[in-house]
Amino acid sequence: MAQKITIEPVTRVEGHGKVTIHLDEEGNVVRSRLHIVEFRGFERFIQGRPYWEAPVLVQRLCGICPVSHHLAAAKALDVVVGAGTGHGLSHTAEKVRRLMHYAQIFQSHALHFFHLASPDLLFGVDADPKIRNIIGVARVNKGLAVQGVMMRKFGQELIQATAGKKIHGTGAIPGGVNKNLTEEERDAFTKGAAPMNPGAMVVWAEEAIDFFKQYYKKNREFIDTFSVFPSNHLSLVRKDGALDLYHGNIRAIDSEGKVILHDVDYQEYFNYIHEEVRSWSYMKFPYIAELGEADGWYRVGPLARLNTCTFIPTPLAQKEFEQYKANTIGKPNNMCMHTHYARLIELLHAAEVIRDLLNDPDLQGNELVRRGEKKHEGVGVIEAPRGTLFHHYRINDNDQIEMANLIVSTTNNNEPMNRAVNHVAKTMMTGKKEITEPMMNAVEVAIRAYDPCLSCATHALGQMPLEVSLFDADDQMIDRKKKG
Amino acid sequence: MSTNGSVIRIIIDGKEYLSRSGVYLIDVARENRIFIPTLCNISGVKPRGACRMCTVSVNGRYMTACTTPVSEGMEIKTNTPDLHDLRKAILEIMFVEGNHICPVCEKSGNCDLQALAYRFQILVPRFPYSFPKRTIDAENPLLVKDHNRCILCKRCIRTIKDEQGRSFFAFRKRGHKLEISIAHHLKDHLNKEIAQRAVDVCPTGALLKKESGYNIPISERKYERTPIGSEIESLKQSVIGDQ
Ligand code: SF4
Repeated sequence: MAQKITIEPVTRVEGHGKVTIHLDEEGNVVRSRLHIVEFRGFERFIQGRPYWEAPVLVQRLCGICPVSHHLAAAKALDVVVGAGTGHGLSHTAEKVRRLMHYAQIFQSHALHFFHLASPDLLFGVDADPKIRNIIGVARVNKGLAVQGVMMRKFGQELIQATAGKKIHGTGAIPGGVNKNLTEEERDAFTKGAAPMNPGAMVVWAEEAIDFFKQYYKKNREFIDTFSVFPSNHLSLVRKDGALDLYHGNIRAIDSEGKVILHDVDYQEYFNYIHEEVRSWSYMKFPYIAELGEADGWYRVGPLARLNTCTFIPTPLAQKEFEQYKANTIGKPNNMCMHTHYARLIELLHAAEVIRDLLNDPDLQGNELVRRGEKKHEGVGVIEAPRGTLFHHYRINDNDQIEMANLIVSTTNNNEPMNRAVNHVAKTMMTGKKEITEPMMNAVEVAIRAYDPCLSCATHALGQMPLEVSLFDADDQMIDRKKKG
Repeated sequence: MSTNGSVIRIIIDGKEYLSRSGVYLIDVARENRIFIPTLCNISGVKPRGACRMCTVSVNGRYMTACTTPVSEGMEIKTNTPDLHDLRKAILEIMFVEGNHICPVCEKSGNCDLQALAYRFQILVPRFPYSFPKRTIDAENPLLVKDHNRCILCKRCIRTIKDEQGRSFFAFRKRGHKLEISIAHHLKDHLNKEIAQRAVDVCPTGALLKKESGYNIPISERKYERTPIGSEIESLKQSVIGDQ
C-alpha cells in the first residue's frame, strides 16, 4: 500500500513547516517535500506605504535577521533616491552599514554554531534531544556555551550602536544612515574589557573553527557523505571576486565550478532569476532563467558563498579558506554538512572585518546621507547570514510603493532543502514501514544545515517538536508519532 | 464673583493655589507643575475640548481643563483613580478606532499618543480593535496624510493658517468617514516650512513630511529623552503659585 508520511515541525517563526514523505507500495521513497509558510503578506501590505518606511517596516518579517532586511530595503531605496548602488553612499554611511551587517552576520553565525549546531556535533545527531541542546552543551563544555552567548552579545551590541536597537532598529535610511558611530561608542568596543573586544572575538572565532576541524577529523565519513548532492551555487561577490557580504555582483557557478552567471548587476536580477510557484508549498522556487526550472535551482548561504568567491579579503579567514578548499581540491563543495565549516570561516571573516572597521575613522564622519536624481524603481541585494536576499521596490509618482518583491534566503534554498530531505529520506526510509528516531533526527539535521528560520525557533533548546503521521494510498492516517 | 484677571484662590488636588480668574485651568495647572494630559490642546491656540483627555473634576463635575476658565473657590481634582481610568479608556478607544502600528511608524518616540500610552501603561486595550479601512493620501508633493493614524484632534486645522487666518486643513466627509484634508484653494501655498509646522503640530504620525523619515536615531527622540509630562512636572513653580 502506498503511504504518505508527514513530519510536522511546529514553529513560532514562520507559522509551521512540515515534511511529507511519500512511499510506494513496496516502501520505497518516491518523493518527499518540505512545506513552508512564506511571507507573502509583506509584499502585499507594504503597497501604498511611503517608500522610506520600507527598511523599518519590512524588517519586521523576521526577528532573527532583521538587519539583513533593513539593509536590503535601504539599498534598494538608495537607488530610488538617486544615491546609486553600493558605493554611491558617503564613506561614513557605507561603513556604518557594513559594521551593522557584519555584526549581524557575526551574531547570527555564532548563534547558529553554538546554540543550534554544536549540540549535534558534541553529542551526535542520534543523541537524546534531552541532552542534545545548548543546556547539555553547557553541562559538558561550559566554555563553549559561554563563548556562544558572549559572541552573540558582542554582535548584538554592535547592532544597537549602529541601528539604535538590537532588534528592529532604524539606522539605515534611503541614501545613508541616521547616525555615525561616536568615539565613545567605538571605544566601548575597542577598549572593552576582555573578552568583549574585537581581538578576543577573532580568537574565539578561530577556536570555533578548530573545534569543528577536530570534530571533522573524527567524523569525516559522516560530514563528507551526509546529504551530498550536486547543485549550482549563487551569491554576491566583490568586483575582484572577493567574498563580500554587503555588496557586489551576482555570480553563479555549477557543481563543477563552471560560471553560469558572470558577475551580473543585481539591478537586473529579474532577467536572470525567475520564480516558480508549486501548488503544494507557500514558498516559491527560484531558478536561473537560462537553465530552466528543472536545472536552474541553486544553493545560497555560506556553502555557496565559499564556492562562488575567489578569495576572502581578510588574512586569517583566507588561510582557513585555503585549507577548506583543499578538501575538494579547489572544486565546488557540494557536501551539505560542510555548510557548518563554511559558516565558521565566515564567522572569523566577520570578526576580522569588525575589528578593522572599528579602527576606521570614517565611522566618525558627518556626511550621513546622499541623494541624487530620483528613480521609480530599485533593487537591493545583500548576503544575509542564510544567503542571498533580494528586495525589489517600485514606487508611483506620489512616493508610494506600488510593487514589492522579496526573495528571502530560505526561499532561495527551497529546492536544496527539499533535495536534502529527499536524500535523507531515500537513504534512511527505503524499505522501512515506520518512522525511526534517527530518521527524524536526520531530517532535522539536514534542514538545519541550511539554517532556515524555522530551525532557530524550534531547536533553541533541542526540542524541535515533530509530528509524524503515516498515510496510506487513500490519504488515511494510519499512524502518528510525536516528539519534542 | 471675581472679574476677569483678578487674583483668586483655587484648590487643586487638596492644595491651595493663587491664580488669575479667566485663565484656563490647564494653563494654571501647567504653571504649577501639575501635568494634565491632553492631545488636542496647544498653548496659545483657542481650545476645543475635542479629545477629552484633560477631563478633571471641578466641584464634583467632570469638565475639560483646556476649556474651563478658573474662578474663585474652585475645587479641582486632577488625578483620581476614576479620572485615570477614564483617560486610559479614551486612549484605548483611540488606539482601537484607528490603525496605530507604533513599531514601524516614523513618529514613534516623538508621538504624543504613544507617549501617553506609555505613561498610562497601556498593554492591551479593553476594547476590540476595529481595524478600519483607511487610506493614505500622498498626492501633495510635500505632505503625506495617513488617515490610519489621525485622531481628529483638529490641531492642524486650528493652527496652520495663512496670513489671512484661513486654515490649510479642513475636515471632509462625515461620521466614521470623517477625515482631514488639505484645503483645495490653499494647497499651492503650502510650502516646506508650513508642511514642517503641520508635521510638528500633529500629535500622531498622521501628517508626514515627504521623502524623509527616521532621521532621529532611536534613544534621541523627543519622548525617549523626556517622557511626556516630565517637562511640566519638573518646571519651576510659578511665582504666583508660590505665594
Ligand atoms: S492630522 Fe494630526 S493634527 Fe490633524 S486632526 Fe489628524 S491627528 Fe490631529
